[in-house]
Amino acid sequence: MLEIRNLHARIAEDGTEIIRGLDLTVANGEVAAIMGPNGSGKSTLSYILAGREDYEVTEGEILWNGVNILEMDPAERAAAGIFLAFQYPLEIPGVATMQFLKVAMNSQRKARGEPELSTPDFIKIVREAAGKLGISMEMLKRPLNVGFSGGEKKRAEILQMTLLQPTLCVLDETDSGLDIDALKIVADGVNALRAPDRSVIVITHYQRLLDHIVPDTVHVLSKGRIVKTGGKELAHELEANGYSDIIADAA
Amino acid sequence: MNWKPTAIPTSSPMRPEAVAEMITTSALAPAPRTLTSAETALAAQFAQMSPTLPGSRAVHDARALAMATLAQNGLPTRKVEAFHYTDLRRLLTVVPPVEGAEERASMAPLVAGSVVLDDRALSAVLPDGLTVVAMADGLKADIGGVVPHFSGADDAIGIINTAFADHGQRIVIADDVALDQPLEIRHGVSTGQSHSLDHVTVGKGASVLIIDRHHGGTDGAALVSHVTDLTVRAGAAATFVIIQDHGLDTTHLGKLRLRLEEKAAATVFVANFGGQLVRQEIEAVAAGEGSSLTLRAINLIGGQTHCDVTLTLGHVVPNTTSTETVRTVVTGRGQGVFQGQIRVAPIAQKTDARMACNTLLLSDDASFATKPELEIFADDVVCAHGATVTEIEQDHLFYLMARGIPEKAARGLLIKAFVAEIVEELEHEALVEALEQRIDTWLEANA
Repeated sequence: MLEIRNLHARIAEDGTEIIRGLDLTVANGEVAAIMGPNGSGKSTLSYILAGREDYEVTEGEILWNGVNILEMDPAERAAAGIFLAFQYPLEIPGVATMQFLKVAMNSQRKARGEPELSTPDFIKIVREAAGKLGISMEMLKRPLNVGFSGGEKKRAEILQMTLLQPTLCVLDETDSGLDIDALKIVADGVNALRAPDRSVIVITHYQRLLDHIVPDTVHVLSKGRIVKTGGKELAHELEANGYSDIIADAA
Repeated sequence: MNWKPTAIPTSSPMRPEAVAEMITTSALAPAPRTLTSAETALAAQFAQMSPTLPGSRAVHDARALAMATLAQNGLPTRKVEAFHYTDLRRLLTVVPPVEGAEERASMAPLVAGSVVLDDRALSAVLPDGLTVVAMADGLKADIGGVVPHFSGADDAIGIINTAFADHGQRIVIADDVALDQPLEIRHGVSTGQSHSLDHVTVGKGASVLIIDRHHGGTDGAALVSHVTDLTVRAGAAATFVIIQDHGLDTTHLGKLRLRLEEKAAATVFVANFGGQLVRQEIEAVAAGEGSSLTLRAINLIGGQTHCDVTLTLGHVVPNTTSTETVRTVVTGRGQGVFQGQIRVAPIAQKTDARMACNTLLLSDDASFATKPELEIFADDVVCAHGATVTEIEQDHLFYLMARGIPEKAARGLLIKAFVAEIVEELEHEALVEALEQRIDTWLEANA
């Protein structure tokens, strides 16, 4: 279970406060959607969960299965099961995708005290997962994300998520830049991961993705706080009426 | 071209005693300079050794001239343009005793199946089309022999090597021979000194991969000078890989003289992994029309190592091309240098030369100096150069760590990626793999 309590955070470089007293609980097995206008702090929240150093938490705590993750570095958080699917996955020239996947999987296994994967097992697992996401093995021979289209990058993120089997998945605007076919493939990939012991946070601007990944709860983020929480119908309401009413009510 | 100071007669063979006298006289000459301990040690060593060094009269003359030049001018300081970032006079502090422990441990070739040419133990069985003769025999021969040379008072590596070179090989790949097996020319030193000279000729239309492997020097101080004269004849293709993997107490002074004839293609790959004081010079001449040079260098510099790669490349005929890419990683208190001088002669129209120098600086105490120099005297050419110095991208590091890769391993992956791009251009799977493994062990120890 994820419990965020009274979280305050600012940009480390210039001290701008982005998150201002955010409370959020996501139960095991729950799919929570976080929606909100530009600049409300959605992406910042995802980076803080993953442990990016550009943000400084000044108050509050984030408990993942009862453990405060704020003291952990990004790799430790990943080993603890936290996965962020990036809005803009980076291209890293020179790092072979397959090597990266293998090192990542085995690093997490090692951190959890599990044996490393053998190369044949690793290739088999990757081949199967990639096939389901329409990713060719040719594509995986390239350096990490280099020359991938926007849609390919998003699919590659979901592939990583499938392979790493995290217990907290944070999807940061995974729908942006996807056409409808790619959106379905990505959503199917996420839905396949839905499980009683896995929590999912879907950050999005639009209702569209939530037609495919149907959330259990919807939270509206504004000015660094959750201002409204509801069921999946809240997303439809937002789609129809926009954010202004809800934000005005909360203010 | 031999450089001859006017004050010193060189027309007649010189007796070793005369050399010793001359060195002494020189040291006592008006406006005396104080010899450094290294200069003194080299002079004394030469006075003692010169009678026993192999060589014809011409060779002994060349050696004497080299030492006299050194005694007169000293080792180059930063005031000498070519040594501005590597003040050899200040940096060369240790001249270990000549005789060190022999490094003769059996060692697998870097690439399995290579023909190993050991510079002190000639191999008996060679593939067809390959001829190897001991350099000592070449130095001794009065006719058709080899006379080492240096280009001037500032050619410190040429001078030291000319004075002391006593072994090495003359290697000829016959015309039109395509050698499938790589050649590994092995230069080992444990402690002490090693001064070697190789002459390598790749015959017309021939092709070969040569791994010039310098190793050892891990048990104490060592001083190594090595010169390779490499000629790539018309239409030949040669890949020449210099791997300098000495211990951290070794001074490595290397020089490659490369001559490219008509339509010859050479790839020179330099990989520096070790050493305390390293200077690798490449003097290349694109002397034949349609010739091309691909220079790639990776320098992994850590600890207290000072590592300098200096290129001078002359495009002297029309229609030649060259590309140079140098990737350097500096950490600890390491210091890196790359100097790249490209000269385009007035007649060398349609020259295409592109040079890039990229550096990853990993610690506050590390430093890197680079100096590109283009001297272009033709008007219809393409010449470009660029240099970057960066740190590890924090965004890249975060991405890898967010996938569970611990910081050290993530940094290692990124550093390796930076140099592996160049290594992979070699397109020889086993060689690429061997180099990448060595990069991994370096990263394990240094990054």
